[in-house]
Amino acid sequence: MRSPEVNDVMLRVERVSLAFGGVKALTDVSFDIRKGEIRAIIGPNGAGKTSMLNVINGFYHPNRGSITFKGKSRPRMRPYEAARGGIARTFQNVALFKGMSALDNIMAGRTLKMRYGLLWQALRVGPARTEEIEHRQRVEEIIDFLEIEAIRKVPVARLPYGLQKRVELGRALAMEPDLLLLDEPMAGMNLEEKEDMSRFIVEVNDYYGTTIALIEHDMAVVMDLSNRVVVLDHGVKIADGTPDEVKTNQAVIDAYLGVAH
Amino acid sequence: MIAFGQFLEILIGGLLSGVLYSLVALGFVLIFKASGVFNFAQGAMVLLAGLALVRTLDFLVARGLPFWAAVILGVVFAAAVMAIAAFVIERYVLGPLVNQDGLTLFMSTIGITFVLEGASQMIFGADNYPLRLFPTDAWFLFENQFPGGILVSKLDVWGGLIAGVLVTALAIFFQRTKTGRALRAVADDHTAAQSVGIPISWIWFVVWLVAGLVALVAATVWGTKLGVQFSITFLALKALPVLIIGGFTSVPGAIIGGLIIGAGEKLAEVYLGPSIGGGIEYWFGFVLALAVLMVRPQGLFGERIIERI
Repeated sequence: MRSPEVNDVMLRVERVSLAFGGVKALTDVSFDIRKGEIRAIIGPNGAGKTSMLNVINGFYHPNRGSITFKGKSRPRMRPYEAARGGIARTFQNVALFKGMSALDNIMAGRTLKMRYGLLWQALRVGPARTEEIEHRQRVEEIIDFLEIEAIRKVPVARLPYGLQKRVELGRALAMEPDLLLLDEPMAGMNLEEKEDMSRFIVEVNDYYGTTIALIEHDMAVVMDLSNRVVVLDHGVKIADGTPDEVKTNQAVIDAYLGVAH
Repeated sequence: MIAFGQFLEILIGGLLSGVLYSLVALGFVLIFKASGVFNFAQGAMVLLAGLALVRTLDFLVARGLPFWAAVILGVVFAAAVMAIAAFVIERYVLGPLVNQDGLTLFMSTIGITFVLEGASQMIFGADNYPLRLFPTDAWFLFENQFPGGILVSKLDVWGGLIAGVLVTALAIFFQRTKTGRALRAVADDHTAAQSVGIPISWIWFVVWLVAGLVALVAATVWGTKLGVQFSITFLALKALPVLIIGGFTSVPGAIIGGLIIGAGEKLAEVYLGPSIGGGIEYWFGFVLALAVLMVRPQGLFGERIIERI
């Protein structure tokens, strides 16, 4: 258990409900994410965890309830507005630009940070040139940090799954986000890869001070990494608290093991 | 010497007319590269751009405007029409279909084709309107070396020059600019592109606008050659083998594919025609495309598709 300085609230989810036709994905879910913490979202399959992330970064718009990010509440936030506001994410099934190299993928994460216009970039002169070099340096730092120097020029479709996940994390980090959403960053990884990924997550949190919301199935990982845990089941929040509190919560145990009805 | 002179004439004529196919193929490549959509409506867009241009031109010239001024205003107006079309297509057709698969998007472009064909003829008229932007006569080169010289159509040369400028501009746009990188990103994965802060609706508008402008350029050359009329939409069919040979994702591929087909079909017509019957021009490109599909499905310059199983 780790305990960094945890102070004010970065993101507040208030009474959010989401339905697809008659299927209720989320019902009246409220929780908050504090600045600087690692917040885990757990629950059995189909609990609505990914839907929750999609609501936070604007892929889905909740039917009811509100999301307040850095003090501002927006009813229908679009994904690129979320990105502009400082929310980056990775995906459960790895969503990379498959035709591009690892380097270009991570460079794509810098899109929003680039300032100079079309003409300057096309001519590669003046301020745009300096800017491109600066972005390259930031990206190279990230590549060093994630220990993927050797594969920077390889088209990502050829990389093994574990490395693809790492490139995807790199792309999210290139955005220099305030809030990083990770959707099962360790799914399908072996023990060694999981340990590497855990180390990266902790270091991002420590070193850059990035707030992290994390969906994960591996309970050992969740208990190790996170400051607080929110548990969803069938779209409803059933528990919220420190890993130790959640571990001993009867509702959580029932949800995972199943109870006779 | 006569035989060689004739060969050169056919080769040059063929290469240059091939460039004209490339002009149409470029529009397809742009949209495919940037949104992964095979845009069935590219031929209809050439028709729309051509009609908007030629009708404005005729209207202004009839009002007594000097020709050059009418051309400038006509091009500006036609570009504006293409911008409106791009906006409407993005807003009402593709926008609501974000994150759908390629086949769905392709089907929607078939719908766009019918609407564009109908609307453009309803608004601008359905006749054959002659367009005279470029000279249509010919040069006779090397008259000292070859009896009668080598005939080269001036229009084809103009077409070649225009295609050259266009390809250079597009290559720079795609390779060197932030918007170019964003376009490639959107083509690869909608969801991921959105998550790094790329506004898809804006990017799609830009793509359709650029494809519309390429259609306008193609319309100026083809309109001068054939007149602006409904059958100009069938150019899309001629561009298909060019795309298959060059590769759907490659701008230089569209040019090389056009050159191969242009030269190939003219040479085949003249040299094989007498022995296996005429009309080779009409099917040569398709047979060649079939052969390429069997050997190199991604085309000569296309990106290799790697599927992980």
